[in-house]
Amino acid sequence: MYRYICKRILLVIPTLLGAAALVFVLMRLIPGDVCVVRLGSSGGTFDPKAIALCHAELGMERPLIVQFMDFVWGIVRLDFGTSMWSGNPVTTEIWARLPISVEIAILATVIAIAIAIPLGAVSAIKQNTWIDILVRLFAVAGTATPSFWLGLVSLLIVLNFTSAVFGAPWMPPIEYVPIWQDPIRNLSMALLPAVTVGYRYAAVSMRMTRSAMLEVMQEDYIRTARAKGLINKLIINRHALKNALLPVVTLLGIEFAFLIGGLVVTEQVFNLNGVGRLFVQAVQNQDYTLTQALVMLTVIIFVISNLVVDLLYAWLDPRIRYS
Amino acid sequence: MAYTHEQEGSIIRDLLRSRRPRLVRIGIFQRWRGLLAAAIVCAATGALAEVPKRGGILTYMIPADGGPSLDGHRETTFAVVHATAPFYSVLIRVDPNNPSSTSDFTCDLCMEIPKPTDDGLTYTFKIRKGVKFHDGSPLTAQDVAASWNKIVHPKPGVASARENNFVMVDTIAAPDDETVVFKLKFATLTFLPALADPYAYIYSKKKLDQDMHWYEKNIVGSGPFKLTEYQVGQAIKGERNPDYYHPGQPYLDGFVAIFAPKQSVRTDAIRADRAALEFRSLPPSARDQLVKELGDKVSVQESDWNCGNVVTPNHQKKPFDDVRVRKALFLAIDQWKGAQALSKIAIIKTVAGIVFPGSPMAATKEELEQMIGYGPDIEKSRAEARHLLKEAGQENLSFELLNRNVDQPYKIVGTWLVDEWSKVGFKATQKVVPTGPWLDAMRSGDFTVALEANCQNVVNPIADVGRWLPHEIQRENYGYFADPQMVDIYNRMLRETDVKKARVLMRQFETRINQEAHQLMVTYWYRIVPMRSYVKGWKISPSHYLNQDLANIWLEK
Repeated sequence: MYRYICKRILLVIPTLLGAAALVFVLMRLIPGDVCVVRLGSSGGTFDPKAIALCHAELGMERPLIVQFMDFVWGIVRLDFGTSMWSGNPVTTEIWARLPISVEIAILATVIAIAIAIPLGAVSAIKQNTWIDILVRLFAVAGTATPSFWLGLVSLLIVLNFTSAVFGAPWMPPIEYVPIWQDPIRNLSMALLPAVTVGYRYAAVSMRMTRSAMLEVMQEDYIRTARAKGLINKLIINRHALKNALLPVVTLLGIEFAFLIGGLVVTEQVFNLNGVGRLFVQAVQNQDYTLTQALVMLTVIIFVISNLVVDLLYAWLDPRIRYS
Repeated sequence: MAYTHEQEGSIIRDLLRSRRPRLVRIGIFQRWRGLLAAAIVCAATGALAEVPKRGGILTYMIPADGGPSLDGHRETTFAVVHATAPFYSVLIRVDPNNPSSTSDFTCDLCMEIPKPTDDGLTYTFKIRKGVKFHDGSPLTAQDVAASWNKIVHPKPGVASARENNFVMVDTIAAPDDETVVFKLKFATLTFLPALADPYAYIYSKKKLDQDMHWYEKNIVGSGPFKLTEYQVGQAIKGERNPDYYHPGQPYLDGFVAIFAPKQSVRTDAIRADRAALEFRSLPPSARDQLVKELGDKVSVQESDWNCGNVVTPNHQKKPFDDVRVRKALFLAIDQWKGAQALSKIAIIKTVAGIVFPGSPMAATKEELEQMIGYGPDIEKSRAEARHLLKEAGQENLSFELLNRNVDQPYKIVGTWLVDEWSKVGFKATQKVVPTGPWLDAMRSGDFTVALEANCQNVVNPIADVGRWLPHEIQRENYGYFADPQMVDIYNRMLRETDVKKARVLMRQFETRINQEAHQLMVTYWYRIVPMRSYVKGWKISPSHYLNQDLANIWLEK
C-alpha cells in the first residue's frame, strides 16, 4: 500500500513538470503582457518609460529559458514567487481565496452526495416507474443547465420573492466572512452558490449511481443474496449500493478537484472571491507567475483527489489491493 | 441649524463663484466672511435643508477585481483611486462641492491656490499646519515636496505613471516646513489642473527615504479615513480619522469598499441594499431597472464623462495611408443620430471633438458641424464619402476593426460603426480581443483600424489632447502618422497662458487632426451613478477618478 502511495506521489513530478512547461509556453504565446495591461488598460496616457521599468522589475527581459528555469527551481523550493500584477506573494494571493472555494466545494459535494446517491439508487430500484422518470428528468435538467445561469436565476428568484413577501429585496452577502467569525453570514453567502453548483454535480452523480446500481443489481451475488432470503433493504445497502459506489466515488473525486478552481463564472455571479475568479483575473492580467502557480495548484489538487479516490476503492471493494 | 466653518465658506464660495475671479473672491471672502456668512446662512436655510449627519458606515462597490499595487503614483487604474483615495491627502484638488466644474480647483493641504509669480514660472504653496499622518507623525512641506518629486522626477527604478504630464516642471523644493515651491521651465495653463491629479497622494518623506516602494504595499496617509483592513481581492475598509484637518469632516464613521467586477452583482447589491452605490458608472438599463424597482429609495446622478472612444486608422497600412480613405471612414458616421440612439443602451451621450464638451476650450456645435465626421447632413457626408472612395479606387473596401472585449461601450460602439461604414460600401468586420492582445496589436502596429479609448481624469484640455500628438512624440498614439505642423501648434498652445489665444490654437490643432483625418473622437461616455437615496453629499464629476476621498459624504439613515 505504502509503495503504491509513494509511486503515485512520485508520478506527480513529471506531471507537474509537463504542466509547468505547457502553461509557461502558452501564457507567453498570448500577445501583450502584464505591464502593458497594467498601465494601458485605463485608456489614459502614461509614460512609456514606466513600461520598460515594469519589464525590468519583473525580470521579463531575461531570456525565456532563464525565466523557465527560475520558475522550475521555485517549484522545487515551493516558492512560486510574487504576483506580477499585485506584487504580493503568490501564496498570499491564493491563500486569501482558497477558504471560500474549499467551502463551496465541500458544501456542493455534501449536497450532491445527499441528493445523488439516494435518488440514483431509488431510480434504479424503481426502474421504469414514474419515480424513475421524475428522477431522470431532474438529473437531465441538472446536467443541461449551466450553473452560472442557475445562479443568476436563483438570485433573481430570491430577490423577487423576498421583495414580494417581506417588502424588501434580499440577496446573500457579497463580502466573505470566515465561518468561524460569523457562521450565519458565512452560510448565507455560501449556501446559494453551493446549491446551484451542487445541483449540477448531483445530477451527473445521480445518473452514474443509477446506471451503476442497475448493473450491480444484475450481478450473480445479488441474485444469490435474494435466493438466501435476505431482505431487500439489506441487499441494497450492504451488497448493491456499496459496490455501485465505485464509479460514483471516482466521479465525485474528479468533480471535487474541479470545483476548487473551476467555478469561474459562478464565483463571479455571487461575487465570491475564490480561486476560480482569481484564475480568470490572472489570465486577463497576463500575470504569468500567478497563472503558473494556479495551474500547479490545480494539478496537485487533481492528483491528490485521484489518490484519495484510489484509496477509497480499497475500502469500498476489499478485492482491490495495491500491493 | 448649525453650519460648520467649512460649510459656511462653501456656501459663500458657491454664491460668489460665478461673478468674480477666484483670487478676488478670496479677498472678499476674508474681509466679509462673518457678516456674509450670517446673512447667507439664513437665506440659504431653505435651499440647503439637508444638514450633514455624523455617523454610519458607507458600503460601496469597486467594479474591478482589485488594483495592482496600492501606490497611486505608479498605477493608472481607477480601482486604485476608488480603494485608496479616502486614506490620502493631496495638495490641490477639484472642488468637491463643485466637481462638475472644469476650472474650479481648491486646496486640500495648501492654504490657498497661489497666484504664479516670476512671469508664471513660480508657484509657492503654503501648507496647512498641524496635519498628521495616520501614524501620528506630522505632515510638513518636506513630505509634499518629496511626494511630488517622486511623481515628477522619479529616481531610477521608481515608476511614475504620469511623469510626462509634468514636462513643464523644473524643480520642486520645500525651503521650510510650511512652503513648497514649484519652479516651471515655461509658463503654461496646464500646470494647475495637472497638479490636481487625484493619484498624487502625499506620502511621508521619511518612509520614502527608507524605501521608495513602501507605499506599493502599505497605506499610511493623512486623509479622512484610516485603513482598518485590506482583504486582497475582496474588500478594503477604513475608519474615520479624528485628526482630519477639514473641520467636521469626514461625516462617516467608516467605509467598506467591496470589489465586485460583475455588473449584475452590483445592480442586485444596490437593489438589496448590500451596498449603497458604485462610483464608476452603470449602463442605462441598470439605472432604469433600479429606478423602477426602488422608486424614491434610489437617486441618480449623471454627467458627461471625460472619456470617449477614438477611431484610429493605422496610417502605415494601405489604403489608410490615403487621406481620402480616412476621410470617407469618418464621413460615413452619423454621430448625432448614433449618440442619441446608443445613449439608450450604452454609457454614451454627447457628441464632441477632442476637448471634453464641458470645457470652454471645446468646439461649439457650430464649429463641430464644420468638421469631418460631424456634418449635420449625413446623406451629403455619405455621398462625399462614396465619391472619395471612388476617387481613391477603394469602393467596397474590406477591413477589420480591432476592438476590445469590453461590452460597455466598446463592443456596442464597434457594432454601430461597422453598420455605419457599411452604408458607404465599406465591408468592415469586428475583431474583438481581450485587453492584453488589443493593446499589443496597437502597440505593434498590427491592425488596420482600431477602436480605442481616451480617458482622462482632471479636465485639462491642453494636456488631455497631448494623446493626439504623433507617435514619435506621444508613444501611445497608435495612428502611426507624422505631422510636424500639429506638433508646432501644440507646442505653442502648451506655452500659451492666455485662455482665449489658447482656444484659438486648440481650434487650429483640432482642425489639423480633422482635415488630415488622423483620428476621430466618437461619442463621449456618460456617467450614470445610481445610489441609495440615503447617500448624501457626494457630487458627480466628469471623471470617475475625481472626488473619491468620501470626506463630504454622509448618510441620511
